[in-house]
Formats: sequence, C-alpha cells, structure tokens
Amino acid sequence: MAEPANPADTNRPALALHVPEPKYRPGDKADFSHIEVGSPGAQPRPDESIHPSQMADLAYSLVRVLGDDHQAHGPWNPRLDPETLRTMLGHMAMVRAFDERMFRGQRQGKTSFYMKCTGEEATSIASSMALASDDMVFPSYRQQGILIARGYPLLDMINQIYSNRADKLKGRQLPIMYSSREHSFFSISGNLATQTPQAVGWAMASAIKGDSRIAATWVGEGSTAEGDFHAACTFAAVYNAPVILNVVNNQWAISSFSGFAGGERTTFAARGLGYGIAALRVDGNDALACYAAAEWAANRARGNHGPTLIEYFTYRAEGHSTSDDPSGYRSAQEREEWPLGDPVMRLKNHLIAIGEWDEDRQSAMDAECAELVKATTKEAEKNGILGHGLHHPFHTMFEDVFEELPWHLEEQADQAIRERITKFGSERPFG
Amino acid sequence: MSPGSQNDTATVGEVASERRINMIEAINEALDIMLTRDPDVIIMGEDVGYFGGVFRATAGLQAKHGKNRVFDTPISECGIIGAAVGMGAYGLRPVPEIQFADYIYPGLDQLISEAARLRYRSAGDYIAPLTVRSPFGGGIFGGQTHSQSPEALFTHVSGLKTVIPSTPYDAKGLLIAAIEDNDPVIFFEPKRIYNGPFTGFYDKPVEPWKKHPDSVVPEGYYRIPLGKARHVREGEALTVLAYGTMVHVTEAVCKAKGVDADILDLRTLVPLDIQAIEASVEKTGRCLIVHEATRTSGFGAELSALVTERCFYHLEAPVERVTGFDTPYPHSLEWAYFPGPVRIRRRCRGGSRRMACEGR
Repeated sequence: MAEPANPADTNRPALALHVPEPKYRPGDKADFSHIEVGSPGAQPRPDESIHPSQMADLAYSLVRVLGDDHQAHGPWNPRLDPETLRTMLGHMAMVRAFDERMFRGQRQGKTSFYMKCTGEEATSIASSMALASDDMVFPSYRQQGILIARGYPLLDMINQIYSNRADKLKGRQLPIMYSSREHSFFSISGNLATQTPQAVGWAMASAIKGDSRIAATWVGEGSTAEGDFHAACTFAAVYNAPVILNVVNNQWAISSFSGFAGGERTTFAARGLGYGIAALRVDGNDALACYAAAEWAANRARGNHGPTLIEYFTYRAEGHSTSDDPSGYRSAQEREEWPLGDPVMRLKNHLIAIGEWDEDRQSAMDAECAELVKATTKEAEKNGILGHGLHHPFHTMFEDVFEELPWHLEEQADQAIRERITKFGSERPFG
Repeated sequence: MSPGSQNDTATVGEVASERRINMIEAINEALDIMLTRDPDVIIMGEDVGYFGGVFRATAGLQAKHGKNRVFDTPISECGIIGAAVGMGAYGLRPVPEIQFADYIYPGLDQLISEAARLRYRSAGDYIAPLTVRSPFGGGIFGGQTHSQSPEALFTHVSGLKTVIPSTPYDAKGLLIAAIEDNDPVIFFEPKRIYNGPFTGFYDKPVEPWKKHPDSVVPEGYYRIPLGKARHVREGEALTVLAYGTMVHVTEAVCKAKGVDADILDLRTLVPLDIQAIEASVEKTGRCLIVHEATRTSGFGAELSALVTERCFYHLEAPVERVTGFDTPYPHSLEWAYFPGPVRIRRRCRGGSRRMACEGR
C-alpha cells in the first residue's frame, strides 16, 4: 500500500471515511421527533399520467390519509366502502394471528425457521388489495399478507412451513418461501432483489402480448442496494413497463439500519425520479394511504403511463427472523416510539371512528382468527412437522431439477434409495 | 473422414439439400424459424435489434418480426437474464443474448439462483424456458475478456443444460432444440468457428465453411436432440472427447499425424451422452479430453472422473487432458496458451502406449 501523505507536508485536508451509525443502540432512549411525518391529507394527488419530473415533492414527503383523529383526510383518501375496510382489517388480523402462531411453532421445534411481518401488514395487504387478483406479484419473504388477502389456504401455508407430506413445494424450500401460480404469486427466492428485474420482465411480457395485466414487486430497503434493483429500475423505465416497484422501508436490514442502504441522504422513493420513474413515498402504517398509492400506480401502469416506485415508510416491529435477536443492535424503545404507530390499530380505530366497527367485534375477530389458525395448525400437523418422518416420497428430491430426469439423476436417485434401504431396511425404503 | 452429422440417425426433420452456409447464418436461420413457428419466442440483448448483433447472428430479424419480438436492451446482463426469467414465468420463451461469454458473470445470480432453480423450488409451478446464447472461446486474439470458455461454471449448476455446437448443421439443429426445451439452456457458440472450421494451424489460411460437409444445412425446421454426442471420426487407437473449436483442431491433428482416433463431439455437456463415451472408451482403452478452458476444475475433470469410474477396467493408460493453462487468457501469447496441434499431438502421437508419460 502506498504511504498516505503526511498532512504536515501538504495543505490538503486528510480525508475521512463516513460509516453510518443508527441513532439508537441497545439501552438508548429512542426519540423519533426528528422524523418529519407531515399532516395527513396535505399531499396533492396528481393525475396518474403525470411526468415523473413533476413528482419531486411526493418522493420526499409522505402521503398520509389517516390522522390522529382516526378520520380519513385529503385527496388520497381511497374512499373504500366499510365492507372493504373490514375485509382489509380482517386480513391484517389474520396475518398477525398467523405470525404469532408460526413464530411459536418454530420455538416449539415444529419447523426450522419463520419470519414475521408485524408492523408491516398494510404494505402487503392494503397494497395488494388495490390490484386485480390476476395481476402478478413478485414478493420478497415478508409479504405473506398477500397470500392471505388472495385467499390462499392457511393449511397450505402451514404445510409449507412444516415441509410435510402435504407441502405443495415438496419440502424443497425453506419455510415461508411460498409459491402459487394459481394466486399469481411468484415463487419466493432466498436471493435478495432477484425478483425485481423478473417482475419487470413479466410486465414487459404482458405488454409484448398486449395483455392488460400488470406486475408488482416488493423489496426491502436494504435490498435496494443490490445491483438487480438498479437493473429493474433501468429496464422498467426504458421499456415503460407496467410494473409497480414497492420498496418496504422498515428501517432495518437484519442489524443494519437503512443508512447502509443509502437512506441517510435521500429517500428511497427519490431514487425512482433519477430513472424517470414515477415515485411516491407513503406512510406504510396507514392502510388507506398504502391502498391509494397502489391504486394510483396500478392505474398509471394500466393506462400505459409506465412504472411507479412506491416507498412504504414503516418499521420492522419484530426481529428479522426466528434466528435474530434485535436487542443486540437496536433500542428496545424504538417500537413504541415509532411515530407512525401500528397499522392494525390505526385501521381499527378508523373503522370505529366512522361507526362501522367496535371493540367487541374486534375482540371477537381476533379470537376467531387465533382459533382458526390454531385449528388449521392442528390439521397441518396430521401431515407431519419438520423432521418427524412424514414428508414427500424420497424420489421427489430428484424431480423437477429438469423437466425429465437425465441419466445422472436417475443413477443418483437409485443410490439415495439404496442408502435408505441400508439404513432402515426394506420395509421403509421411501420413508 | 467425417461422416457429417446430417446422417445422424437421431436427427429429425427435413432431408438435407446441398445448400452450404456458415455457422452465423445457421444460427440466424434457427432464430428466424423459431420466431416464425412460436409467437412466444422473444430475442433480446445488447445490439441484437436494429443492428443485428455484433456478430450478425440476429441480422434482419427485427425488421422481419418486429420490435416486440426482437429488441435491444440496456447494457445489463443481470437485467437481461432477470427480465428473461420473468418473461418465462409469464409464458414466453425468451432467447437472450450475452454479447461475449466473458460478460455473462453479472447475470450469474439470475442464472444460477433463479433460472436453474425455478422449476425445482416451485415444484413445477413456474419454469424458465430460456436459451441464453453467447459467443465463447478463444483463438481470435480476444485477450482476457473476449476469449474465455466458462462452461464449467454452468455444468456445475443443477438445473442448467449446457450446449456447444461445432458445425453449422449442429448449430441450427441444436439451437432449435434448445429453444424448444422447457429447461434453461446455456448455448455457447465458438466464435472462432463462426466463419470456418479453425484447425489450430493458425499460420495457415482458414478454410470457409463452404468446403466442409457439415455446412450443408437444410433450409427448414429440424432439430438435433440435446444430450447426444456426434461421432466425428471412427477410430481404434484412442478416444478423444472434445467440443466446440477443439473438435476441428483435434480432427486436423489426427489427420495430419495419422492418428486413428475415435473422436466424439459431445455437443451437450449436461446432460452428457455417457453411453457414447463409454462405448468408445471400452473400444479403444484410452481417453484424451480436449478443451480450451483452463484445466483446474474444468469440465475435463468431470469427464476424466466419469471415464475413470465407469471404464476403469477397460483403460490401458491414465485418462489425459489437453486444456488451456490455469492462467487468464493472454493476448500476445495466445498461441502458446491455446491447446493447439503441438500440445495435442504430444498427447496422442500415433495412439502411443506411452501417451500417459509423454511430454510431462
């Protein structure tokens, strides 16, 4: 390495590396008063055909609808009927109950792994409800709410988490890496951000075919640092692809705060502007704002006005996964101090404020969700839990690598089955 | 002697006419035929649209089939492959081009983690029926980043098929089969032999394809099944396993030196035609593997292991490899690097029993 110049020998100042540091570490008192959240209803709602260069304010501020008075405000109010709002609240309650139960299931050893979406329920449920059911979604691993909103059976979700003999993915995938073509829900990959150029490609294909379906993808703010995200934005802009690029900014990428994804000096929405992509920054804990932004972006895509990047500003209320302990890197107070509150509570309070809901019905619904998840868990356990022997037949490990088994996989499958017979005897060759 | 692959019994489709074309023309024709036959076939890549590709492989296709079917892309291999995976999920059959195999690496995550795994991880819910075309190989003074042969990176990936043609006839038939295949296929085109079958005798003029029997290419649709090797030459002295440019180099050396080699052009590396390899080695008792790629952990290592495991009691000498050296591909010392006639000759001189101890 070359010797650094001695500052005494030059009048040039010594350079200094900036390594971002979150405001609060374990033991610190959290105070989020520096975060500008703005007033609900204050942001204008432009026509969906607006040129991205005219959207700077919307990329740097925060689109909000629900106020502290629990009422809906301003032009972004999607004016949903009470039945739709109750359905939305029901999905959010369900995913929360589901997360609680599955987290506990992992702790009980029924599966190897789980990831909650607590605090981020609106960013998947409300925004996917603004799409058509056959619009294709390319989620990351924290949008289980989409499956619930699209009516994917809870039993199938749990079977996948348990990797049991009824698992539709045949026990091949890590828990929560769901896939359902029937629900236009793309196969989840462990490799971050890979789904973003794929979503753009799907949208391009829809445009090539003169179809009317659009694509939407979700990615965490941490993963926007991946090269794939840049490729996705470039391709989306170049081909005017009918796609919605959702960035869920939950402030944390495992232990790294959003500053390590470049969030200290700009917003994630603002990145869209540089590509010529329409950009919205939204209160991610405000279900009505999430719905309205997705509806706006969907209209824009369907009208051939091009892609939209939506940043959902939210907070990852729980650990990253069952393998993570957030008390090792952030203040325990953050969750309660978070200025945008809890998305489920805010929607509930809104429904109560407009006279369409009450605490008793909420309690009954929560109990019903918990009961249904519990019963479905028991049902799924009949098909086996991880490591207890009830799984797909042995040969399935070798299937679907290719459409047809080539000779080398046939040989390896025979070998694996011979090994099983050696270990367990011929009465249990496939068990 | 070269029987010519049009006599291959595995080939289906039209009977050959006497028309002769080069490999670029054969590839262009395969793409044109598939664009015409299947409305879901899409071609994209850097400079492939209006301009027709830096090697002219896609010339005229955009004008004929439209910008919706054949189009230019941003310079982003990750984006090209990633978008192609998404298009495959929609139901299209994309044929992306990576301008040089040396530049496929930014797209590797999309190929390895996504395209190759998609059918498996979704239990068949989604597939990635894409064919990634890319010129590869050296012998053109391409230096470090226009000469590489990275096939071993792909043969190591479960879920990918790797195909390398060595003649115009094979290039067309294999490319059509690759595009029709429902699995992701890496289709490496040896750019050194786009215009003529290079023999490795670089100081002699290169003959055009027109003088080679395998440049007789039928005009219409035909395909050559993936996973089937081609018998380039029948012989008794030793088996040579080669693919791409090295098929012609090996053939020329054996002809010049009177080596009675049994030469197999593998054509598809995964899935491999193991039956053809076993039959040949059991006949000759010797095996020489020739590839341009660097030696360590190259595809030759897999071939050597397979032959040793499966033909051990038929072998009369250790399996040998003639490969590129374990260095980046050099510019000025190209012919010292390239596994040309001298290096091959030293390994297979007269089918010698001393093959194993020669030239160490």
